[in-house]
Amino acid sequence: MIEVKRLYKKHGEKEILKDINLTIDKGEIFTIIGPTGTGKTTLLRLIDLLDMPTSGEIFFNGINANSSSKRRREIRRKMSMLFQKPALFKTGVYDNVTYGLKFRGVERHIIDKKVNHALEIVGLSDYAQRIAPTLSGGEAQRVALARAIVIEPEVLLLDEPTANLDPIATEKIEELIARINREYKTTIIMATHDRIQGQRLADRIAVMMGGEIIQVGRPQEIFYSPKNGKIAKFVGVENVIPGVVESNEGGLAIVNIFGSNIIGASTLKAGEDVLVCIRPEDIMISREIGKSSVRNVLKVKISKIAPLGPLASVKMENSLVSLITKQSAEDLQLNVGDEVYATFKATSVHLACG
Amino acid sequence: MNEIINGLIQAIELIVTLDPEVMDIALLTLRISIASILITSLIFIPTGSFIHFHEFWGKRWLINVIQTLFALPTVVVGLLVFLLLSRAGPLGFLGFFFTPAGMVIGQVILIAPIMTGLTISALSGVDKTIRDTIVSLGATEFQAIRATIKEARYAILAAIITGYSRGISEVGAAMMIGGNIRGHTRVLTTAIALETSMGNIEFSLALGIILMSLAFVINIILNRVQQR
Repeated sequence: MIEVKRLYKKHGEKEILKDINLTIDKGEIFTIIGPTGTGKTTLLRLIDLLDMPTSGEIFFNGINANSSSKRRREIRRKMSMLFQKPALFKTGVYDNVTYGLKFRGVERHIIDKKVNHALEIVGLSDYAQRIAPTLSGGEAQRVALARAIVIEPEVLLLDEPTANLDPIATEKIEELIARINREYKTTIIMATHDRIQGQRLADRIAVMMGGEIIQVGRPQEIFYSPKNGKIAKFVGVENVIPGVVESNEGGLAIVNIFGSNIIGASTLKAGEDVLVCIRPEDIMISREIGKSSVRNVLKVKISKIAPLGPLASVKMENSLVSLITKQSAEDLQLNVGDEVYATFKATSVHLACG
Repeated sequence: MNEIINGLIQAIELIVTLDPEVMDIALLTLRISIASILITSLIFIPTGSFIHFHEFWGKRWLINVIQTLFALPTVVVGLLVFLLLSRAGPLGFLGFFFTPAGMVIGQVILIAPIMTGLTISALSGVDKTIRDTIVSLGATEFQAIRATIKEARYAILAAIITGYSRGISEVGAAMMIGGNIRGHTRVLTTAIALETSMGNIEFSLALGIILMSLAFVINIILNRVQQR
């Protein structure tokens, strides 16, 4: 549906986007995650054809979108963008939603039907006659969403749509995004710095850092097989430990970390540097080693226990972090300074290039 | 102190009795100011919009000049229009010298920089996300300009009020172009200047109060529009 090829954007001497290549399929929710200030907004603005790239092309259903200003507008009219800041026009809620239809010269009675339907979708039918500046942030963003979907766009671009909202308003917007994608088969491209949100909604995720797309894949791949240490940290793999492959037999590598050997699936050969990535929730803690299928066992001392809602984060002296339920921590009577066994399956170990 | 109280009483008398000469002067004042502000709005709100929406060489410089002209002295405008419209001037054939039409031209020149400059700043005041939203919603260039002006409407109305206020209160240009001819080009400000020099302080005060009332009433009306 959308193809981005060798896209560069420079601001003076500064490269904001470097060699972006992406293919976005029809009907998918594609999220772009990455830290703030990494170029996500710039990329979305280029895809919405609001700005011109320094070089590179954007194809929309195979058509080069930036070939003329007439074509740019034609294609832009098949898309809608929701901005981070809910910006409403200084007029009523109903009038706000009519803008896109009026620009397209839609007849009045059809406008009326479509606007009412869009307001119904976002659950603000009763607000039609309200004046925009009297709305809360969450309501304003829902009006902005209604204004974006009323034109029945093929592609909906969302730039950090919930960054300024409270958790309840965020949940509501996320529900709406999922629903719009499901019911209207709208292709959605969303930028977010919230990796959990990116994961919750996405069919596919692109990780962006320093103006580059570093990895694209299904959420499972990104969150369990991050390509490098930086991505691993960003997507919440708290344990990223450098090590060296000791040997590799039949796809099972033995890696030395903290003076112990651990096993993980990998094609990396002996002698290569690796990053051992283990999600904290995959590390179990026990007082003694029983018989089990778990291959990796490290004897460690607890250095810190921090509560995290219903969970507890247990930090070991070798900096390994484990996430267990608060109940387990209490049952095991864990205390700082205790010696315990940290165990994790070979399948929970992801070995990335060092 | 007595003069002020007497002036107030006389003003009320002149207004309540609908004194024909005062009414003529007030009406002419109003007509000239309203004509000026209408002409200026029609020409210079679009001019300001054009400057705002287009990038060209020397734009910043031009805006600086326009803002400097906010302080254009009314007597300089009077002199300029005098040179243009007087019988020997390049536009002398129009026969606008010593006529209300000539006075309107003077006011338009006086108000034009204010209308243009304040229109530019009104449009610059429209939030960037709003401007992006308009383009993103598929507006053509013309639709985008219209929608942005609509967003800036309150600030543009403030420009109109400011322009009107400058027009109705100026005296230098009106005196030099109109000539303060009784029953023909005499407006409230020129009448006040004359009556004061003749020692008719109370009458002058009464005219002053009427002038303020006119400004006040128009402001109230425009503010009502703004609040809708």
